[in-house]
Amino acid sequence: MTLHEIRELLDARVLAGGNHLDVEVKTAFSADLMSDVLAFAKPGSIMITGLTNPQIVRIASIVDNSAILIVRGKIPPDETITLAEELEIPVLSTKYILFEASGRLYANGIVGCVRKIEGPGSVVPL
Amino acid sequence: MSQGYKFSFPVKGDNFDDAGKASVEIKRFLKGLGITGDVLRRTAIAIYESEVNIISYARQGNINICVTDASILINIRDNGPGITDIEQAMKQGYSTADDHIREMGFGAGMGLFNIKNCSDDFEILSEVNRGTLLKISINR
Repeated sequence: MTLHEIRELLDARVLAGGNHLDVEVKTAFSADLMSDVLAFAKPGSIMITGLTNPQIVRIASIVDNSAILIVRGKIPPDETITLAEELEIPVLSTKYILFEASGRLYANGIVGCVRKIEGPGSVVPL
Repeated sequence: MSQGYKFSFPVKGDNFDDAGKASVEIKRFLKGLGITGDVLRRTAIAIYESEVNIISYARQGNINICVTDASILINIRDNGPGITDIEQAMKQGYSTADDHIREMGFGAGMGLFNIKNCSDDFEILSEVNRGTLLKISINR
């Protein structure tokens, strides 16, 4: 799906990076724990989170997320938006909760970055 | 570049608003040196985790990087409380982070484990009440 299609599907507001919505997304990682995003997110995936602080943008930049989707209708502070524009990371905000947003994307062909975490250092890929 | 390209970034402890700032800058810098793809990503993640560790536990620290043709060597030094039990600290899910750190989405006990995962070579030297030194090596 492109970010355009994701925006439409989730009735999301585009808060940053409106010029980069043609990007194609195949994978996603949903988390409110940034440590887990750092450990398991794959390059090109969309980060789905309920956090709104500027760290989410820095993490997205570090792990090469294609975009950030903020759930539960939260609107991040200005610092987050400014940083996202600077680092060219699209930020979308949807009113759907994390479960609903993830489920709707999954139903439209987006899959997780990994399937399961079996134990320390043992990840089950897709 | 046979001598290697060296640079250093200071990190101040307890300054959560700036968490990740040094890492994002370092990543941009390394990209400028021609480092790309998985190597760049692993390096950036290892540095990010280390930066958050300094901010969470130490008053100040330093990220020293040396880029050679063969590898990226990263030394992270802090003057924090040190690690009493390194084996336990390495375990996935073990953390001594307080609520403030957890509210920011950190302190999941993934940090050191994730750094090791991103490294080709990894060593921790720590002395209680003195500080910690992480030695990370990533092959290019």
